[in-house]
Amino acid sequence: MTLIKPGVGWYTPASFVSRFEPPAMSAPPRVPPPRLALCHITKRYPGVVANDDVSLSVQPGEIHAVLGENGAGKSTLMKIIYGAVQADAGQIMWNGREVRVGSPSAARQLGIGMVFQHFQLFETLTVVENIAMALEGRFDLAALAVRVKDVSEKYGLPLDPQRLVHSLSVGERQRVEIVRCLLQNPQLLILDEPTSVLTPQAVRRLFDTLRQLASEGVSILYISHKLHEIQALCHRATVMQGGRVTGETDPRNETPATLARMMIGRELPVCHAPAYAGEARAVLQIDRIRRISADPFGVSLHDISLTVNAGEVVGIAGISGNGQAELLSALSGETQGRPESVSIAGVPVGHLHAGQRRDMGLAFVPEERLGRGAVPGMSLAENFILTAHRQPALRRHGLLSFGRAREFAARCIERFDVRCNGPQSAARSLSGGNLQKFIVGREIMQAPKLMIVAQPTWGVDVGAAAFLRQTLLDLARSGVAVLVVSEELEELFEICDRIAVLAGGRLSPPVPKDQTDAEQIGLLMSGPQEQPA
Amino acid sequence: MQLIEARPNPSRVMRWAAPPLAILLTLVVAAILFAMLGKPPLQAFHVFFIEPLETANGWSELALKASPLILIAQGLALGFRARIYNIGAEGQLLAGAICASGVAIYTDGMDAAWILPAMVVAGAVGGGLWGAIPAWLRTRYQAQETLTTLMLTYVATYLLSWLVSSPWRDPGGTNFPQSILFSEAAMFAPLFEGLRVNTSVWITVIAVPLFWLFVSRSFAAYQLAVGGEAVAAARYAGFSASRTVWLSLVVSGAAAGIAGAAEAAGPVGQLTLSLSPGYGYAAIIVAWVGRLHPLGIVLAGLLMALIYLGGEAAQVSMQLPAAISWLFQGMLLFFLLGADAFVDYRLKRRRQAAGGKE
Repeated sequence: MTLIKPGVGWYTPASFVSRFEPPAMSAPPRVPPPRLALCHITKRYPGVVANDDVSLSVQPGEIHAVLGENGAGKSTLMKIIYGAVQADAGQIMWNGREVRVGSPSAARQLGIGMVFQHFQLFETLTVVENIAMALEGRFDLAALAVRVKDVSEKYGLPLDPQRLVHSLSVGERQRVEIVRCLLQNPQLLILDEPTSVLTPQAVRRLFDTLRQLASEGVSILYISHKLHEIQALCHRATVMQGGRVTGETDPRNETPATLARMMIGRELPVCHAPAYAGEARAVLQIDRIRRISADPFGVSLHDISLTVNAGEVVGIAGISGNGQAELLSALSGETQGRPESVSIAGVPVGHLHAGQRRDMGLAFVPEERLGRGAVPGMSLAENFILTAHRQPALRRHGLLSFGRAREFAARCIERFDVRCNGPQSAARSLSGGNLQKFIVGREIMQAPKLMIVAQPTWGVDVGAAAFLRQTLLDLARSGVAVLVVSEELEELFEICDRIAVLAGGRLSPPVPKDQTDAEQIGLLMSGPQEQPA
Repeated sequence: MQLIEARPNPSRVMRWAAPPLAILLTLVVAAILFAMLGKPPLQAFHVFFIEPLETANGWSELALKASPLILIAQGLALGFRARIYNIGAEGQLLAGAICASGVAIYTDGMDAAWILPAMVVAGAVGGGLWGAIPAWLRTRYQAQETLTTLMLTYVATYLLSWLVSSPWRDPGGTNFPQSILFSEAAMFAPLFEGLRVNTSVWITVIAVPLFWLFVSRSFAAYQLAVGGEAVAAARYAGFSASRTVWLSLVVSGAAAGIAGAAEAAGPVGQLTLSLSPGYGYAAIIVAWVGRLHPLGIVLAGLLMALIYLGGEAAQVSMQLPAAISWLFQGMLLFFLLGADAFVDYRLKRRRQAAGGKE
């Protein structure tokens, strides 16, 4: 979410824009009405106004960005357009006529297609079967397969209709979703954070497709918080903050700084990574972890080895589903293996369960915050005990002190700026970002030797993300070994000292950050078969 | 259009309002039922809920019935918090009663102070072992304890039936399937002259604060609760899932076993086929109505005992069928589960504006 930082190997917006200058859009004639116009849309949820008097319009053939951080109300607005949620007030104009979009199926009939951030595909079915399920009425699988092939080739989205979805890469799965929408000849295509799971190379291919669609008159609503993508792709941008529209602009005429100011009201924060002065002892040693997955759709781990030293942040890049979950649970102790497969400060712990590894100085922040990192229905104070019960102040003679747990939780809430109604609020009442701050804070307060964090800033707002990154960096520089597993390349380039890539259950050798760049890492992420010889 | 939507936070008010609401709904439906049977509802309620409490004997019977219900429900609630659904407390009660009776039968004729405590221990061991079987099946073979505990209840029933009709049958009896009457040393003494309530209620009186302390403060109970709410979080924290299963089933089995021992060594005074009027099942309802809370369970246990007594009174004085108690229990659980849905959900409010009708 923090985006461009010169000299960290991430592509600069200038290079991106010059390489992908959006086709100059012929000024839309004034005569036809906008494809979609939202007028004063308001949607309230208990306690929050998700959309407050939101208006925006999209012309035919326009790629229109909706920019805003998590919780700005983008997703609610898209759900209203797609008929999944009904607005409390306001109008939706479709090609100049007022419509009521009562359901997603009504939206599809109008010509609105949506590609979700989280794919909705059945892994055991083929591509064409998955597409057939979304179509209404009768269909002929053979004929449909031909159409799928035609459409996918026409838009540069090569797909084999007969392949089973579980054998597809994430990028290919996204193609299935897009082709599924395109088969219904949409006039408006909504894409919700479509690049969060793509390599830089796949992002470029996606953008080519979207430009082609726009040139044929399809309107595109592009939801993202990635400023450089919006600058590279979009003709207009509506910026949202706290449920309201805070600006509308042509992103090509803006700088990341001006866009950031519209989005979060200030400049993008940057992290400071001082050099580590202490001794670089090996704290985490991973020695040839091998896991043959029992699940036919699972990922096997192939001889993964890695060392993380005190004082450094090591990043594991890669798209989720390439063995990340398996590796993390092997490291955390949620699954066990050979004693020597994992060592903490020289002591083999591979056979120990998670609690015993914590006794050795491990702290772990899992990707799933609710239900794994925290118990949803329990209060923050109770959730603090989950990993902090080894502190003698909290547990004595088998009895817990909930009063002290409240004090500790309150300290964590204050120190890590967790927005909530105090230590008594249920974990599930917190937003994802705030819960993440709480869990990271709780783990840091255990004074670990080794900190493993999965997707540290997923779903976290920009300011909090920068804070969390800085916290992890400071933690490392205080002598802790930090391992970060993340899908966000920018994030890894910002905080890591070395970066490795996990793809297809294989881990590439870690490379110092200044000896690589996003392009190289992106190539490694797409898997061995696509690597240059 | 969906009628209900999820609440952002579970409603504390609704959590505690659900039992009174369920009781109220039960009474309303019961009133309709009484009316349809041609009995004036108010009179029926009087017979059901007031008359049993008008005499000392009524209070004695209330305590006598509430005691095993509360004890068993305390144990069950422990497991329910961890989502370990032991619904075979009836079988564990019988297993406990069998073991305790074994002690009484083989010490018959002796007069020693240790006999009664030994029976209580034997009851706890018997019930605990009966609970350990499903725990072993669950941790070793992933067999669902909901099924195995229930099925083991039938095994316990037939075991009891075999024992009282052959090896342990009272040789001096008239071929009835029942054991000898226990000697005085193997019986709980009555608390008051002429009333049936006996010293076994002290076990429950002592157990309630112990359970309260355990549930509200112990690390073990915390682990049970985490395991019940979020299995992945328990694994993440390194809490043992199999220990949760063992602890839940063995403790609830032992509590039921003690209740069984107290029944055999108390009001029944021998091992018979009709040892338990379904306490093991009724305790499941008691645990839920009591919100799995040690004090809530006490109130719910007293209510359930009153339903038992009221059912008996209604049979005698209003010629209502014996099934009426079961009907009350069933309705109570039914309405409670229905009301419980509103702890996590609420009725959707009508949309204030923007077209469309509900």
